[in-house]
Amino acid sequence: MSIDIDTARRVAKLARIQVEDDALPALASEFNTILGFIEQLNEVDIEGVEPMTSVTPMRLKRREDAVTDGNMQEKVLSNAPDAREGFFAVPKVVE
Amino acid sequence: MSALTQLTIAEARDKLRAGDMTAVELTEACLAEIDAAGVLNAFVHRTPETAMEQARSADARLRAGDAPAMCGIPLGIKDLFCTQGVPSQAGSKILEGFRPEYESTVTRQLFDAGAVMLGKLNMDEFAMGSSNETSTYGNAVSPWRRGNDDAQLTPGGSSGGSAAAVAADLCLAATGTDTGGSIRQPAAFVGITGLKPTYGRCSRWGIVAFASSLDQAGPMTKSVRDAAIMLGAMAGHDPKDSTSTDLPVPDFEAALSGDIRGKKIGIPKEYRMDGMPGEIERLWHAGAEMMRDAGAEIVDISLPHTKYALPAYYVIAPAEASSNLARYDGVRYGRRAKLAQGDGVTEMYEKTRAEGFGHEVQRRVMIGTYVLSAGFYDAYYNRARRVRTLIKRDFDRVFADGIDSILTPATPSAAFGLGEMSDADPVQMYLNDVFTVTVNLAGLPGISVPAGLDSQGLPLGLQLIGRPWEEADLLNSAYALERAAGFVSKPAKWW
Repeated sequence: MSIDIDTARRVAKLARIQVEDDALPALASEFNTILGFIEQLNEVDIEGVEPMTSVTPMRLKRREDAVTDGNMQEKVLSNAPDAREGFFAVPKVVE
Repeated sequence: MSALTQLTIAEARDKLRAGDMTAVELTEACLAEIDAAGVLNAFVHRTPETAMEQARSADARLRAGDAPAMCGIPLGIKDLFCTQGVPSQAGSKILEGFRPEYESTVTRQLFDAGAVMLGKLNMDEFAMGSSNETSTYGNAVSPWRRGNDDAQLTPGGSSGGSAAAVAADLCLAATGTDTGGSIRQPAAFVGITGLKPTYGRCSRWGIVAFASSLDQAGPMTKSVRDAAIMLGAMAGHDPKDSTSTDLPVPDFEAALSGDIRGKKIGIPKEYRMDGMPGEIERLWHAGAEMMRDAGAEIVDISLPHTKYALPAYYVIAPAEASSNLARYDGVRYGRRAKLAQGDGVTEMYEKTRAEGFGHEVQRRVMIGTYVLSAGFYDAYYNRARRVRTLIKRDFDRVFADGIDSILTPATPSAAFGLGEMSDADPVQMYLNDVFTVTVNLAGLPGISVPAGLDSQGLPLGLQLIGRPWEEADLLNSAYALERAAGFVSKPAKWW
């Protein structure tokens, strides 16, 4: 499978990473090198093999459904690039 | 070089308990070495005040006779660990200015045991790299050189700062993390010991996530005994990490008898790669002979899906990374790009991530996005997860046949020069992990032990892979190998 410039642009958009148009051909070429390497996986017979979900067979632990943490608004906001009146602030989302 | 900073954890522990030195003296000696080793760029955030405060508390505990093994031991902490109030950037520009309000479980446990934090250590950005060349802090530099050549060498990656700091005796030991080989490869490159525990042995809580099904923290130390001591303090169940396993933590150090008589050591034929340098091949052979001489039985084994581990990893790890790194959006922590008039929230995300993530991280996030996107999920991601099942099954079979541990080279070469791989395509760099990545995919414990020098005088390591949860047995085999190999070389001080 070969990645063209339009696909590279679409992937960058999905990943929410701005890529300038003139950088797209090199990006597409790198993707193709890596995907070419990954294509080897097509040689493997995976018929009837389950995809791995957990490397250690385990049942997730359960705990009581109760509030165990919270009430730390200041701490939560302390690293925000823009926090106002107890909230995270972002540019206008709705016109 | 200060004699104090050259001590192993075990030696320092004994001296501290005997009152031959204080934790304050030991910490001051390390801080002085760090200040004199700026050119190695290993420590990227120094915390001398914290260190001295912790050292004084450790001395009080030592005087009171309440001193766990790690009490008063000065450590370097990989920048991937969140440390309360101390910059924790995962080597990335996007986390510039981030000071966690909390402490990772592993560092909390180490500090509760009395360990001293000297500072944060350089690393590849988000642990993505094999040479510490993707860090926002610039390259970490190996204390080793090729003979009289003054070309700077890589300490490996992603835990390159940890490797350089321990090898240069700036600290007694360091924390590392390993997603595809990021503890074991740098340990091998600088001639120290690096242990990746079984997946689930150490809590991942508070460690910046790269690929959650593969990431595991572990010790990087000057000896196998130190790895055993330090793992004991790092390991254990944590309710805050649902994948950390609720199993008792054995006394790993007590398992070090050096007696491996009757143990079955597997030699996997698939690790004999085309084009493997003769020096690596000979070292591997010599390692097997040493273990045979120590009474182990050497058995040829087959792990047929080995070849597919690296391609499977380069689907699974980027896929998980693209999901984990979605949180860096310029809203909650770290940096936000300067926006133009009229920019909305989407532009904020795109500009922030374009300027905050380095090239390798962007590439992997996008590859991960692609393999998880509609129409390709089955062809790439699900196929890779099925291959992962087969890779684990290979190991399950040889362990079921009675193999106790598996001996392999740690890396396909000795350390290379910084910048030497810059023109290579990304896959060439990925090949550094060819011997280590299988272990992460199968969730197993693996340890790199320094075993010799190459013709240019650079360290080479051997890897032992153990059964899940049997780090104690693995450490004992590594201890026997360490004793037989007798690696004592240190880099000549030039910095």
